[in-house]
Amino acid sequence: MSVRTAADMVPFEVAVARYDPVIGLETHVELGTVTKMFCGCPNQFGGEPNSLVCPVCLGLPGSLPVINRAAIEYTIRIGLALNCSIASWCRFARKNYFYPDMPKNYQISQYDEPLCTDGWLDVTVHDTPDGQPRAVRVEIERVHLEEDTGKSMHMGGDGRIHGADYSLVDYNRAGIPLVEIVTKPVTGTGELAPAAARAYVAELRDLLRTLGVSDVRMEEGSLRADVNTSLMPKGATEFGIRTETKNVNSLRSVERAVRYEIERQAAVLDAGGRVVQETRHFQESTGTTSAGRSKEEAQDYRYFPEPDLVPLAPPADWVEDIRAQLPELPSARQARLQAEWGLSDKDMSALHNAGALDLVAETVAAGASPTDARKWWLGELARTANDSGTDLAGLPITPADVARVSALADSGALTDRLARQVIEGVLAGEGTPDEVVASRGLAVVSDDAALAAAVDEAIAAAPEVAEKIRGGKVAAAGALVGAVMKATQGKADASRVKQLILDRLGPA
Amino acid sequence: MDSDLTRLTAAELSAAMAAGEVSAVEVTDAHLARIAAVDDRLHAFLHVAADRARAVARRVDDRRSAGDVLGPLAGVPLALKDVFTTTDMPTSCASRILDGWQPPYDATVTQRLRQAGVVILGKSNMDEFAMGSSTENSAFGPSHNPWDLSRVPGGSSGGSAAAVAGFEVPLGIGTDTGGSIRQPAAVCGIVGVKPTYGGSSRYGLVAFASSLDTPGPLARTVLDAALLHEAISGHDPCDSTSVDAPVPPVAAAARQADVSGLRIGVIPELSGDGIQPGVLARFTEAVELLESLGAKVVEVSCPHFTYALPAYYLIAPSECSSNLARFDGMRYGLRVGDDGTRSAEEVMSLTRAEGFGAEVKRRIMLGTYALSSGYYDAYYGKAQQVRTLITRDFEAAFEQVDVLVSPTTPTTAFPIGERADDPIAMYVADLCTIPANLAGNAALSVPCGLAPEDGLPVGLQIMAPVLADDRCYRVAAAVEAALDSRRGGPLLAGAHGLDTGDPS
Repeated sequence: MSVRTAADMVPFEVAVARYDPVIGLETHVELGTVTKMFCGCPNQFGGEPNSLVCPVCLGLPGSLPVINRAAIEYTIRIGLALNCSIASWCRFARKNYFYPDMPKNYQISQYDEPLCTDGWLDVTVHDTPDGQPRAVRVEIERVHLEEDTGKSMHMGGDGRIHGADYSLVDYNRAGIPLVEIVTKPVTGTGELAPAAARAYVAELRDLLRTLGVSDVRMEEGSLRADVNTSLMPKGATEFGIRTETKNVNSLRSVERAVRYEIERQAAVLDAGGRVVQETRHFQESTGTTSAGRSKEEAQDYRYFPEPDLVPLAPPADWVEDIRAQLPELPSARQARLQAEWGLSDKDMSALHNAGALDLVAETVAAGASPTDARKWWLGELARTANDSGTDLAGLPITPADVARVSALADSGALTDRLARQVIEGVLAGEGTPDEVVASRGLAVVSDDAALAAAVDEAIAAAPEVAEKIRGGKVAAAGALVGAVMKATQGKADASRVKQLILDRLGPA
Repeated sequence: MDSDLTRLTAAELSAAMAAGEVSAVEVTDAHLARIAAVDDRLHAFLHVAADRARAVARRVDDRRSAGDVLGPLAGVPLALKDVFTTTDMPTSCASRILDGWQPPYDATVTQRLRQAGVVILGKSNMDEFAMGSSTENSAFGPSHNPWDLSRVPGGSSGGSAAAVAGFEVPLGIGTDTGGSIRQPAAVCGIVGVKPTYGGSSRYGLVAFASSLDTPGPLARTVLDAALLHEAISGHDPCDSTSVDAPVPPVAAAARQADVSGLRIGVIPELSGDGIQPGVLARFTEAVELLESLGAKVVEVSCPHFTYALPAYYLIAPSECSSNLARFDGMRYGLRVGDDGTRSAEEVMSLTRAEGFGAEVKRRIMLGTYALSSGYYDAYYGKAQQVRTLITRDFEAAFEQVDVLVSPTTPTTAFPIGERADDPIAMYVADLCTIPANLAGNAALSVPCGLAPEDGLPVGLQIMAPVLADDRCYRVAAAVEAALDSRRGGPLLAGAHGLDTGDPS
């Protein structure tokens, strides 16, 4: 394998100044149905290898598939949420190719008659150079249903098939319902192409999670994105030759993969070369892609209608029932929240980019004001997350905790400074906000008798300041207030302390 | 009494067992003895499970003596085509690639036979993966025709047909993809039925061509076939193509045996050119007989039937090329060349090269070609269009008549080896049976005499609309009764291929 050097690459800014990127995404989603696509085996991640199998998902001779109705319903749900037309009649097809992790050496899929067609998903690219969010409509070509394959594990060597000593196959995954969502080519995003690809996958992930059809875990492979990238000279209308990048296992990787391909293809084209239509493999460690199977010698899948299944004809009233039961979708929810909170587009993007939108929403739902919720998550907590190298959602504090701290501060039971200490305690694993208040003794000291002693001590310790105040310099009281606050470890209400000082020293 | 028991029909055996005249164990032993005596010459069985069969028979006897109400086939022996999965017997499909494979699950047909108390004596021989018309494509050697051991018993369900015609069992199960039940039934002089597609479950039937494969009964009488038909039929949620409708009342129809007022159509496209003269003569006599029994006979043209054979030989191999892809040595059965130096792809290739026979390879290649991009529309796509036209021919014909008739096969049983090197000549054996597979409707073959030129059995094919299987039985039973009475006994009494050295 040849290693590309920096000389093989064109800097991103230069590449997008010369070429218009065109991207396309094929996303595979494992549905979270209780059972598999064509048999009654449990649909579960993990499990002892080959423990979640039966004659059907093992493709044993004589076994036959039976369609899982829930998988059809989930797919229709996805199709409707993506504004697709739902076919009133369609068929499954066999995709024929030999591979050891394919139990039947064909995959039951859909070919020219997918269940859902011609939809769109509106995506907002929040991470823009000017901070102004940018709307992109991604057209959806099709949404179809198929069965997942087993999983090959190559033993020995570096874990890839070449150089392996032998391979093992786990068929637990075989037959898990898999939805493939294919976009039409996305044009006109220019320098935002990598961010747009990422934003699309993120939006799709949120949508699928909201629909309750999948746990959408990219790291477990329940959401897998293949990214198509091509370049055409600026202003051209005819698409260039595209590559398909696989093994893109995180949102960040989606963005990096597109960016890398733009830089690499620009170099090929600049040198007068021709981009090879091929499948490329993304390497997480280096952020680069490397050539895989060439599509030009791609095999012929010999698709034909699956004769073991009857055509699928979802009744219109069923589809309408599913439509009526769709939950509030992420885009609608965001628009609603933005209006409720009275935020600008830029404010919303800031929340997005910080990964704080859901956390703020949940904090507000738990009783905090939108202003307070944003203040905490984008302020104190964002700093903590940043310092500890984690994301906000990974912090050991819940929106309900934040809402409780906010409520305590609102009621005057905590000062701002005390509230920060409570947050710190919760993050340190000391318990709920109330437990931290109790164990650290952080409640505001509002008992005048207790404060009076501290005030008297402060006056006695600074007779010259006291004298100034008696002489009418009320502003000098600040120094005494500070001393009292120090003495009470910040637990006192500063305005009350000032009042007590003035009561004692004020002009009679 | 043992030797007599093998001559009884299933219905007669059932009655004798119900009356306590004979036990299921005795019936089983008698048939096992017959198998022991003649199967080295017939080679109808690939596997005989004598001990298991006796155990099942004993259980039937126990249940009967405990007062359980048993079905009409409890204790009756049967030969099961080796294409159905069985947890207690190997399933090889007569192929080396599956030699010794023991399935972990029972086919629906197997389950229903067990539930009916049927005693499965063993797995019967067949053309490899049900591809052929003679059983010569069996990897384990051909079966022989009880009428003349030098001739084929037909195929692909030739083992079951030979076993039934050779009195090894009163009942056999076959599968019919292009005629694989009816053609062997015809050339062995017995009754064979292809039920309506989807009327009997394909779950656990190792697929040859999914849209065509249909399990069905073979028996020596129409009534026996009907009893077995009812035992294995009915909706199966494990088979999406299974019909969710009541089983046609075939046993009642077999008992009715009355054709008066029935409209019967003769298809000129299947009863003229290419049919052996003696076959045509017997067929014509059978039609005259039906007319004399009160049926109204008319000629009904089905113009597209002439394209049925080529369409079939595109659709069936296409499906087969995909269905048989799973036999790759990775998960079960034969594995060749796994010496630690070869890739999985190389092992797959070597396994398939060695594990499949010539005819199976021919059809896989035909099908792979027909489905390949650039050829799909011209071959598979066009064949599907022809299939639609043939279905329409049937629909139009059944607006005019209640059933259609034709000879079952163009010729009587041919000598072993005669067509082995001529695939086209072999394919023509299915000329008359294929249309019903393509359209999915019911069809039956019943013996209608012997061809004068060779003294071998001729079959009359009766075809009825989808889910009107009972009409086939009604007509067949009438023909059977009239011919038996004219002849003074069953046709099979004249089968003498096993006479020499026969201990009975």
